[in-house]
Amino acid sequence: MNIHPTTAGMTLAGILFVLGLISILIRRNMIFMLLSVEIMLNAAGLAFIVASSHWAQPDGQVMFMFILSMAAAEVSVGLALILQLYHQLKSLDSDEASRMRG
Amino acid sequence: MSIAFYIAAAIAIFSTIMVITRFNIMHALLYLIVSLLSVAVIFYLYGAPFMAALEVIIYAGAIMVLIIFFVMMLNLGPETTRTEKQWLKPGMWMLPALLCLVLLIELAYLIAQNKAPSTGITPVAPKEVGRSLFGPYILAVELSAMLLMAGIVGAYHLGRQKKKILHRFFESNVS
Repeated sequence: MNIHPTTAGMTLAGILFVLGLISILIRRNMIFMLLSVEIMLNAAGLAFIVASSHWAQPDGQVMFMFILSMAAAEVSVGLALILQLYHQLKSLDSDEASRMRG
Repeated sequence: MSIAFYIAAAIAIFSTIMVITRFNIMHALLYLIVSLLSVAVIFYLYGAPFMAALEVIIYAGAIMVLIIFFVMMLNLGPETTRTEKQWLKPGMWMLPALLCLVLLIELAYLIAQNKAPSTGITPVAPKEVGRSLFGPYILAVELSAMLLMAGIVGAYHLGRQKKKILHRFFESNVS
């Protein structure tokens, strides 16, 4: 149990990112795909925080704040898009939306 | 690395796996909140307490509440109460609550212990982050403000319901 903290944190960020990637590949529900994007963004933020503590610089935490604001904007627009698609298709299946004719 | 990191990391990985294997969206959201809280504990361990607070407030608070509202808005109808009762069976929220309790005990232990972080970790104070945010990164802060504004306008524009057309005679005039 004597791993360097940077190694441990980066490994955890990688595992969480891969879990989000697997989820976005195997799920067909659009809300679940949005949640997997959240998991991946969160893993990226964890990597930034770990790097910030490794080099003792505040830049990583600044980047995490930008990721946070970007995630908030992305979720609001994404949910509005899913709402419109749900009203059009009566379903949350992403395969239903594979053909969008105008 | 300390044992606290391993507990929090195990909870994060386990709850993320539970998120991607659930079929019910509300159960997945419960586990996702646990995952975000455990990542917040890890931020605290890495010497970023302000970012841990932001993670709890914005991610686990605001964004998750937005998604929960959205999910509850989608299935209106008389069967909503029944499905909600079915969603909130004690067996379902017991495990996320237990994981949250473990995280809370861990955080209380870490705060009460009040010792220096393990070797290889240098804490970065929120003061330096603020100084950097409004010093070299001021342009990016303004850009993210514009991004949030665009997000608000876009969500309003996309989420608006189309106007009901009263009669087909008015159809060409309205649209």
